Amino acid sequence: MPSLKDLRNRIASVKATQKITKAMQMVAAAKLRRAQTAAEAARPYAERMNKVLANVAKGVAGNPAAPRLLTGTGNDKTHLLVVFTAERGLCGAFNSSIARLARERIIALQAEGKTVKILCVGKKGYDVLKRQFEKQIVDLIELRSVRNIGFEHADEIGRRIISMFEAGEFDVCTIFYSRFRSVIAQIPTALQMIPAEIPEAAAGAADEAPYDYEPDEAEILASLLPRNLSMQVFRALLENAASEQGARMSAMDNATRNAGEMIKKQTTTYNRTRQAMITKELIEIISGAEAL
Amino acid sequence: MAAFPFELVSPEKLIFSGEVQQVVVPGTEGDFAVGAGHEKLISALRPGLIVVTDAAGQVSRLYVRGGFADVSGTGLTILAERAVPAAEMNDAAFDAEIKATEAEVAAATTDADRIRAAERLAQVGDARRAIAA
Repeated sequence: MPSLKDLRNRIASVKATQKITKAMQMVAAAKLRRAQTAAEAARPYAERMNKVLANVAKGVAGNPAAPRLLTGTGNDKTHLLVVFTAERGLCGAFNSSIARLARERIIALQAEGKTVKILCVGKKGYDVLKRQFEKQIVDLIELRSVRNIGFEHADEIGRRIISMFEAGEFDVCTIFYSRFRSVIAQIPTALQMIPAEIPEAAAGAADEAPYDYEPDEAEILASLLPRNLSMQVFRALLENAASEQGARMSAMDNATRNAGEMIKKQTTTYNRTRQAMITKELIEIISGAEAL
Repeated sequence: MAAFPFELVSPEKLIFSGEVQQVVVPGTEGDFAVGAGHEKLISALRPGLIVVTDAAGQVSRLYVRGGFADVSGTGLTILAERAVPAAEMNDAAFDAEIKATEAEVAAATTDADRIRAAERLAQVGDARRAIAA
């Protein structure tokens, strides 16, 4: 049986841990609010961009000169998977669920005989994936030093993807990130970027008057598509940031509650042990007195 | 003058949304003014000034760095890469813009890219003079 001192130490250590988890939960809650506002603020741009893109893409449909970012290379031999995860752990199943989705996709693609390349954004996903797919990982982009994700970070990643595409390093690009639904629900999502999936938002508008383009469709599309890619990356980063904080908040909430339970249990044991010792001493005194 | 809905969005946020009388847009092929019932048009933007005349007749100027304008039957939407009120574009901000654009010129790998970046550089300079004037 542990001594009273041991028990006291143990309780103190659990209490200290509880304070840490509680603090982390509160920090995550504050960051979550900020991340959520940022994610919501980016939504209008993405929506409008989809609309414009749908309109322009309709204009070049069937045109053999359409940009390759839209139509793809015509092959689907080499796949680039861009996996967005967090830079830090202690956020429940957040990182592992994204990595799991990516891993399932990689295995499925490899079974079909395709070549797979992986670009990791975020340290944690890299750590998980490199165990199994070290050879396939092309690079790791770390955003650890970045405090507030801005469009320029996304743009950098977007340009990187495009320069790889133009160098013919892959045919199909898919990004993996976690969509933020609520604090308790983050949905790991795969989204195909190249060839671009054109939203059907403008369907049924075929009989409307056609647009004028300045300069022509092809040129607008050529500058619109890379920007759209960067925007999708930006959205993925923002959604991921919100999801990460949400996941961390609920994970830390659980941890705090567990610590509370543990403290309660330990305290009961401590009190029982103390009482048992007092009783024992009393019995010793009484039996000593009786023996006289 | 009839009012029409106008939205100005940047990747980070929705900057402006409301009824306006007229918006002058810096298209790549030249400035154009959009009023109610304008023909449907999608245009790329160059770095320059957007001049917005709101429903009350107030005129405000914003600096944008590239993007797209979508004039549809329902109004005008500008997708700007960056948009800043002209009053906030001081010398330091312009110097940073020019530096960034110069870096683009230097980083361009093809002739077409270099020409485009150099054009942008000149346009940033034009916008600066327009604000100073």
